[in-house]
Amino acid sequence: MSILVIAEHDNAEIKGATLNTVAAAKAIGGDIHVLVAGAACGAAGEAAAKIDGVAKVLVADNAAYEHQLAENVAKLVADLGKDYSHILAPATTTGKNMLPRAAALLDVQPISDIIAVEGADTFKRPIYAGNVIATVQSSDTIKVVTVRTTAFDAVAAEGGSAAVDAVDIADDAGVSSFVGEELAKSDRPELTAAKVVISGGRGMQNGDNFELLYKLADKLGAAVGASRAAVDAGFVPNDMQVGQTGKIVAPDLYIAVGISGAIQHLAGMKDSKVIVAINKDEEAPIFSVADYGLVADLFDAVPELETKL
Amino acid sequence: MKVLVAVKRVVDFNVKVRPKADGTDVDTANVKMSINPFCEIAVEEAVRLKEKGVVSEIVAVSMGPKQCQEQIRTALALGADRGILVETDAELQPLAVAKCLKAIVDKEEPQMVIMGKQSIDGDNNQTGQMLGALTGMGQGTFASEVVVEGESVKVTREIDGGLQTVELKLPAIVTTDLRLNEPRYASLPNIMKAKKKPLDTTSPDELGVDIAPRTKTLKVEPPAERQAGVKVADVAELVEKLKNEAKVI
Repeated sequence: MSILVIAEHDNAEIKGATLNTVAAAKAIGGDIHVLVAGAACGAAGEAAAKIDGVAKVLVADNAAYEHQLAENVAKLVADLGKDYSHILAPATTTGKNMLPRAAALLDVQPISDIIAVEGADTFKRPIYAGNVIATVQSSDTIKVVTVRTTAFDAVAAEGGSAAVDAVDIADDAGVSSFVGEELAKSDRPELTAAKVVISGGRGMQNGDNFELLYKLADKLGAAVGASRAAVDAGFVPNDMQVGQTGKIVAPDLYIAVGISGAIQHLAGMKDSKVIVAINKDEEAPIFSVADYGLVADLFDAVPELETKL
Repeated sequence: MKVLVAVKRVVDFNVKVRPKADGTDVDTANVKMSINPFCEIAVEEAVRLKEKGVVSEIVAVSMGPKQCQEQIRTALALGADRGILVETDAELQPLAVAKCLKAIVDKEEPQMVIMGKQSIDGDNNQTGQMLGALTGMGQGTFASEVVVEGESVKVTREIDGGLQTVELKLPAIVTTDLRLNEPRYASLPNIMKAKKKPLDTTSPDELGVDIAPRTKTLKVEPPAERQAGVKVADVAELVEKLKNEAKVI
């Protein structure tokens, strides 16, 4: 059995999500190859070769793959993937965009967002916003799977010494092109990788009040997230949204401030190790999942918490 | 131009579903069903494009049991022109749905297919991408803005670090994210009018599509319950507990 893992990278660096995906590949068992598809992505390829447990790195370096447009990369993955028993990608927006397209080219029903490996063809995954866990078995010869990164502990980024092979395929479907991107800048840790996450909801009342959370976050080395209500109200940008339709996080400590705790929000954070809720409504559903609940006005409690740390 | 909108009948998003006691399936008997929220956004976007004069006809399509007609009627009440139901009582997985949609795309030849980014029951987030592979069309997934310019469409996509804009040649597929628009409500007169709009019924067999499932659900179970927590009296107690009991700070 051999497994092809599609690396998440920005041409220069391998993203952490790749390390969690390799961990899932290890749980399946077999030779692990990593595909780095990009443009001028030699550095990312070198970094992939150092990942613990990786046997081979395939580097497809071509202008067609620069922004990892799904139309081009999916074709490449389907071409290369024919010889593998499993194809894995992290369940990031890049992975979710590309992998189902590759699966359909291979005539395979993919399995999304797995949280556990039960066997080479059997996986667990959440459905209905995480309210139900399904165990599913694939009868396809190639298993095409995206991996929920927070469910697998990352493998070491160093220590491996895989061979690096260049892949000489250039698939440009010619139907799509990259126009531009607008990335939110932040000095704080990445939301999905942070050990501590502080999130604000509608209770924050406006965007300026998020400053309270930023201050607390800086003290704790935490990332700042938000509920959909806070994003829809325009308090913060949408890439901060935690939930079924936003990011899935599982930090050591999750502090929910002014968040009621709708099912869709809980789907994004209920696997956190310790959950703290600060809310003035003691009936808020968030208290049913919180390890420590504080019924208080957040505008008093958050500054006080910051000074006491 | 013609737009095809795919809509799915799902358990209403406010319902908290539970697995059946024997773990074979989710208990969906007697629960409220609705149009999937992302599909509603897809219908709304198609209607807005029609109101701008970009789109001339909107065809709403759904697959599943007879009751999916209700969701098609909802789409018709919101502004779609006609409906197609691919009727089957068999289990439909995203690959099968994508293949049925491909057959309908071949017949209808729309310039754009708009659908939700995921359904809130299966949470798969696959069908649009798979239809892209089968038709060879470009895909603008997780769209928060859609602008048609001549023979192409510019789609702004919600990605992990922010936003990305891609340009796709038409015909193309767009899957909607939450912030693309705010869907309207169907008015009573429009609900009445929708009853008279045409709704054709076909089946996977008639479309020549093999819908045999490729994955089997062995078991469904509730997620691990969290231990009930405690309420603390004040911030000092919270800090003390986090430091000494939970040891997370």
